[in-house]
Amino acid sequence: MTITEESPETTPEIGRPRLRKEDQRLITGRTRFTDNLSVPGMLFLGMVRSPIAHAKITSIDVAEAKASPGVVTVFTGSDLADDVGPMPCGWPLSPEDHVPEYHPVAIDEVNFAGEIVAVVVARSAEAARDAMELVDVEYEDEPVVLDTAAAAAGPPYVHPDWGTNVSTHWVFDSAEAGTGTDVKDEIEKARQDGIVLERTFRQQRLIPAFMEPRSYLVDPTGDQIVFWSSTQVPHFLRVFTSIATNTPETKIRVIAPDVGGGFGGKLQVTPEEFITFTVAKKLGKPMKYTETRSESLQGAHHGRDQVQRLTLAATKDGKVTALHVDLLVGMGAYLGLVGPAVPILGAYMYNAIYKFAAYRFECRNILTNKVRTDAYRGAGRPEATYAIERLMDDLAAELDMDPLELRAKNWITAEEFPFTTVAGYEYDSGNYEAATAKAKELFDYDGLRAEQAERRARKDPVQLGIGISTYTEQCGLAPSRILGRLNYIAGGWEHAEVRMLPLGTVEVVVGTSPHGQGHETAWSQIVADKLGVAFEDVEVLHGDTQVAQRGLDTYGSRSLVVGATAVLKAADKVIEKAKPIAAHFLEASENDLEFRGGHFWVKGTDTGKSLAEIAFAALQAHAWPEGFEPNLDSTASFDPEVYSYPHGTHLAAIEVDTETGAVSIRKYVAVDDIGKVVNPMIVEGQVHGGLTQGIAQALFEEAVYDDNGTLTTGSFVDYLVPSAPDLVDFVTDRTESPAFSNELGAKGVGEAGTIASTPAIVNGILDALRPLGVTDIEMPCTPMRVWKAIQGAKPMTQDSATPGETQPHFSSKGDNPLEPPPRAQEHPGARGADAEGGQA
Amino acid sequence: MRISVTVDGVTYTDDVEPRTLLVQYLRYGLGKIGTLVGCDTSNCGACTVLLDGLSVKSCAVLAVQADGHEITTIEGLASDGELHPMQQAFHENHALQCGFCTPGMIMQATSLLKENPDPSDQEIRDGLEGNLCRCTGYQNIVKAVRQVAGSLQ
Repeated sequence: MTITEESPETTPEIGRPRLRKEDQRLITGRTRFTDNLSVPGMLFLGMVRSPIAHAKITSIDVAEAKASPGVVTVFTGSDLADDVGPMPCGWPLSPEDHVPEYHPVAIDEVNFAGEIVAVVVARSAEAARDAMELVDVEYEDEPVVLDTAAAAAGPPYVHPDWGTNVSTHWVFDSAEAGTGTDVKDEIEKARQDGIVLERTFRQQRLIPAFMEPRSYLVDPTGDQIVFWSSTQVPHFLRVFTSIATNTPETKIRVIAPDVGGGFGGKLQVTPEEFITFTVAKKLGKPMKYTETRSESLQGAHHGRDQVQRLTLAATKDGKVTALHVDLLVGMGAYLGLVGPAVPILGAYMYNAIYKFAAYRFECRNILTNKVRTDAYRGAGRPEATYAIERLMDDLAAELDMDPLELRAKNWITAEEFPFTTVAGYEYDSGNYEAATAKAKELFDYDGLRAEQAERRARKDPVQLGIGISTYTEQCGLAPSRILGRLNYIAGGWEHAEVRMLPLGTVEVVVGTSPHGQGHETAWSQIVADKLGVAFEDVEVLHGDTQVAQRGLDTYGSRSLVVGATAVLKAADKVIEKAKPIAAHFLEASENDLEFRGGHFWVKGTDTGKSLAEIAFAALQAHAWPEGFEPNLDSTASFDPEVYSYPHGTHLAAIEVDTETGAVSIRKYVAVDDIGKVVNPMIVEGQVHGGLTQGIAQALFEEAVYDDNGTLTTGSFVDYLVPSAPDLVDFVTDRTESPAFSNELGAKGVGEAGTIASTPAIVNGILDALRPLGVTDIEMPCTPMRVWKAIQGAKPMTQDSATPGETQPHFSSKGDNPLEPPPRAQEHPGARGADAEGGQA
Repeated sequence: MRISVTVDGVTYTDDVEPRTLLVQYLRYGLGKIGTLVGCDTSNCGACTVLLDGLSVKSCAVLAVQADGHEITTIEGLASDGELHPMQQAFHENHALQCGFCTPGMIMQATSLLKENPDPSDQEIRDGLEGNLCRCTGYQNIVKAVRQVAGSLQ
């Protein structure tokens, strides 16, 4: 069979806003979220959790719970101690780090409120919950360690054996690394004849708050144990479950079916996962566990929780010479999968888009009696971006310069790429001028500055502020060699397989594991272009270790940059493999063939053979050339040499009611350079969602513990995930400087919005209030905090604010950034269960 | 207690415990797993269904309260293989990412337009206030609802 007519040239798939393949099942309710799955005979688990933050367990009585109707059995920590080992920490920063032992079920002590102390196995989730109430645990209280700064100084200690709460102390210094000058010298110079800014910022604890509560189902029926998990990391889960439960990897099949969001919150191996697996294996029965939202907020890992002590040195004309970053990072009671390294993912990014002479970063990871912190969207980079972008605005204010001009004076210019930064990273591409010019135009920067001046002049009670964030981030996790130098347990490569099916369709098997990112659509576009097949004829398979045997999963804006590059390489191999076969069938020399539009053509003729025809011929293999395997399928792994560096300019017009402290976003412009774009519709969606999470940190969200270590934001009534009326329509646009780190030229977009938007919002609020003397407000900037800041500020003019001392009963304890702030409960975004529409 | 409820056009008669929530009855009693549970406090709206044509959070209704009523879930919204215009609009406007909030969001959006066929953007946002989405930032959801409202005019 020979094609004699060339197929018409089609529009490239890459760059098209293709509607998503994933949508059909999701909009019709035909979903396979883990809690939707059932296995005959499955039992249900209930986790009994400690209400105490720090205590010795003196006794546990499970007799009454065991006798409760529908209960099969109850396990304590010591019952399971021989069956399952401790939880893994995959990224201690050095072999000397203190790593506490974390048992999935506590054995003789609890270290945070929410830690599991017993497990009920029952015939229904309701029966399990009823019996949980009947487990009687006696605790002997220990001193509770909550405040990160106080814990750094210690005692008391979370783990008294250590004699410290400091898990690690990690330093990068540009003078020592040979990437810059000495920070101390530069700061000293600036103290003599320049400007030194010293600031302390607080990154409050946040909760990833994925919409799908974590759910696990384990079926040990048969020879292989099948483990469904709402996880971002099925491949990690398989390896660590094997190690912890002494089960051969070959006997574990992990499936991440439909997963309802993660944002880093499901980049974890959890006690609940190990418990569900262990109990299923032990009893030989299928087990299911689905957490409640309160359990999720209390027991799933949190993010951020840093105290940032910063010193920035500059010349009097606004050239930054040095930055010293000193962090205290609240780890919680135990160390998670990548938790200790989260601040280090930001360590190389505090210098951001700027050219600093000297840089020093040090961080101490501190244990407290709270749930552990770990990756949350951006992981280390939002914190870095917040710090430097706040400092740049403060420096501009100090020098009375336009904050964008100050940035331009310090940033790497377009001609200077590739550029090696003071942190030692080589930025391959970028164009900060182009992104900023576009953002200014879309925003009407000059017009809004004029309006701001006018409203300041007439002392408008609602002041206008302009918030700026010119961010960059490191994406595409990650070059394995770099990870190795940072003591990470795994690599950063990715893997893919392209299978040519006999009827002309293509299966693409990937090691990345999406949970809302639209990979099935984007990967189809990439493969359709590469192999010249129809978008509809590509099927993307993922998230099942039996199907996708190799992979390192989805996080860190890595899937397109690393994962899709592996897909392209596997597709290239298919073409290479097919070429000699095509030459055989066409009776031509390989050198005379070209591959175009899904066909091998004999150059200069209209004679060709399609990939589909060759795939079908492989099924029969009747006339297959000798010496070649009858199979076009190919695999490839890709390990990036370097990171990629998305960047952008975000501008926010913020209105602040100086009488009430209410903050509203009037306009938000995001211009991002994320390199080449595969699907602009998906990219825009990622930016919208990312912006929202960053805005939520600035304005709404905080995980708050009371003095006893009880999480007081333990439901969505108090943990304020923003809803539709809290937000506005964003103006998004892009500039493009392709990355050189990968064939696609892509940089990654999953975290960009979150990293950029937090400082844009807070800078906007402060820009509105600087004339009133307000220079800092802790996040989240609730109306109460904003109002207090206005009241407490020293106004620049005599009559612009009520002096703080006339309001003594409102005086804040939150002045000291090293102390936990008082919780503002009065935010108008707070929602109660009774505030909903509908009829019940 | 014995109840009789019509769900997505089929009438079911069952004995339920008085404490059973409507969402538990739908999911575990009838296998209507398209309706999801995202919280324990009626804040997230993932479990929103229509009761006699208007939205309720099915975690805030006891199954026994649905006795004699008609329930529509996300699984009953499309008819004769044709997507409901709101489902189609969510697809066309990229109004979903992970899709976990989507069933509740779509049900709430249909109810919103039933009560106010020509809402402003602010009215759309206010009308969706009880449904949380962590992925989209709501912009494309508002756009989808606006598109359906426009097509009804």
